[in-house]
Amino acid sequence: MSAVLNPPILTKPVQRSRSHGANVLRRLVRNPVAMTAAAVIALLVLVAILAPWIMPADPFATSMFKRLRPIGTPGFPLGTDELGRDMLSRLMLGGRLSLFMGIAPVLMAFVIGGGIGILAGYAGGRVNTVVMRCIDVLYAFPSVLLAIALSGALGAGITNALISLTVVFVPQIARIAESVTTQVRRSDYVDAARASGAPAFTIVRRHVLGNVVGPIFVYSTSLISVSMILASGLSFLGLGVKPPQPEWGLMLNTLRTAIYSQPWIAALPGALIFVTSVSFNMLADGLRSAMEVKS
Amino acid sequence: MLAYLLRRVGYALPIMLGVSFLCFMLVHIAPGDPLVAILPADASADLQQQMMKLYGFDRSLPEQFIHWLWRALHGDLGTSIATSRPVAQEVFKAVGNTFMLAAMATLIGFFLGSLFGFVAGYFRNSWADRTASFISVIGVSVPHYWLGMVLVIVFSSQLMWLPATGAGPDGSGAWKWDLAHIQYMVLPAITMSFIPMGIVARTVRALVADILSQEFVIGLRARGLGELGVFKHVVKNCAPTALAVMGLQLGYLLGGSILIETVFAWPGTGFLLNQAIFQRDLPLLQGTILVLALFFVALNLVVDVLQTVFDPRIERA
Repeated sequence: MSAVLNPPILTKPVQRSRSHGANVLRRLVRNPVAMTAAAVIALLVLVAILAPWIMPADPFATSMFKRLRPIGTPGFPLGTDELGRDMLSRLMLGGRLSLFMGIAPVLMAFVIGGGIGILAGYAGGRVNTVVMRCIDVLYAFPSVLLAIALSGALGAGITNALISLTVVFVPQIARIAESVTTQVRRSDYVDAARASGAPAFTIVRRHVLGNVVGPIFVYSTSLISVSMILASGLSFLGLGVKPPQPEWGLMLNTLRTAIYSQPWIAALPGALIFVTSVSFNMLADGLRSAMEVKS
Repeated sequence: MLAYLLRRVGYALPIMLGVSFLCFMLVHIAPGDPLVAILPADASADLQQQMMKLYGFDRSLPEQFIHWLWRALHGDLGTSIATSRPVAQEVFKAVGNTFMLAAMATLIGFFLGSLFGFVAGYFRNSWADRTASFISVIGVSVPHYWLGMVLVIVFSSQLMWLPATGAGPDGSGAWKWDLAHIQYMVLPAITMSFIPMGIVARTVRALVADILSQEFVIGLRARGLGELGVFKHVVKNCAPTALAVMGLQLGYLLGGSILIETVFAWPGTGFLLNQAIFQRDLPLLQGTILVLALFFVALNLVVDVLQTVFDPRIERA
């Protein structure tokens, strides 16, 4: 009798299936390209954070006698810039602002755009139409043009560049968030939750958020690469970071005068922007396939 | 079809109005008095009064907008602070140069991107696919202003094959289709073509892979159609989407050419914007942005409509 009540199969510990997050992480770790990209990003971030302590020289100390020394000069492993400042130290410290200005706008747009999109998608009806038409107007600008229009009008500076870039990414993220949320809202389990009397707040928190944050996050990570290029581009145009603060885009701009005398030094800051941007792109691609979100 | 056309235009009009409003607001989000923003620092009191009246800064914002829009519709985009010439005149002089460069870059990018995309889609997971995919990742993640600098370093400063900056040997912005002028276009056009190349390659790869896995392809092959015949069908099925992507890329390049034009001192709209930023010439900034953004919306509309014309299977909701 007891054997019937407790069949042997149930007395064994049931193997718990892994959570979705753990599965994604496992697939991501097994992707060599994504892991290489992640390692490069981790290294860049680490160097940027530790820059003040590991810089070999003062990145602000100018010297008229040591201008544009070639790569490999004793004491200046990566040469000096057009004002005689140590390139290696400036590149290390410059990573702080470049990475910050590339990542921060996407993070802010993730929160703001995601919020707007989820609300519009969940509300549906007239609210959705009004909100999404406003988003469409911002979306109607090519991103570079919108970023330049806003920071051109607001004026140079880090804060203004951050605001402009956030405004550029909000509509892109909001659109994705809205379409994912609309899909989820129409699903049977949301209907079931509503039928069982769950209040709107609970439905959004438990059923909607859990299912839409993933795709929105994956999409947002793919924007970091674009954001890095745009943020440095604004500084390159003189609209972002102001001298003498080191930042890769700004350094690329001021070193343009040196492309005939020390071309490879002039190209260095851009190479770092490139490496960072490619790494973020590949990590985002890896994350997307690990989460099995269709592009 | 006509109903769709009307609906699509009806959708684009409010967007255009919104875009115009945003451009109008650029002068107002600028720090300080908008009057100060659009007048030279040494403007006389008389001129200040005149501009105040012309722009109507003493009136309410919606009134100002309608007033501004009315003048813009009549081709009056205000006066440049730096050059004292009408903004419209400056923009239309520059827009041709930008268009030429962007169109050339789009064509190069489309050709190379389709090539890479077809190879990658046909031979999926081979080394050719991985190479093509890698090139397309680089195309979308390279900072193009840096790529331009590297090309200048290699081909102008080191090899001395091609001129580095400008749009012609005489330094004027006037363009001619001769060898001397085309030399100047090579580097900026190739630099710019990397963006559409990467995106077109990605799109075409996905399209080809999808089409090849469909049943009609198996059907064609089962009926004994040669590989070339199948290829024709694949091209035909890819074309509408790929061409639409190309059209949109042209729009993105027109709006995003500022960084590349700055590197190459190309006398187009990007150069104007750069000038506007440096001299804080807000009317010039506003006018240039307005023209480029409206062009982008119009281009989107044309691409959408053409796509429906060429591919009647697309049922538009």
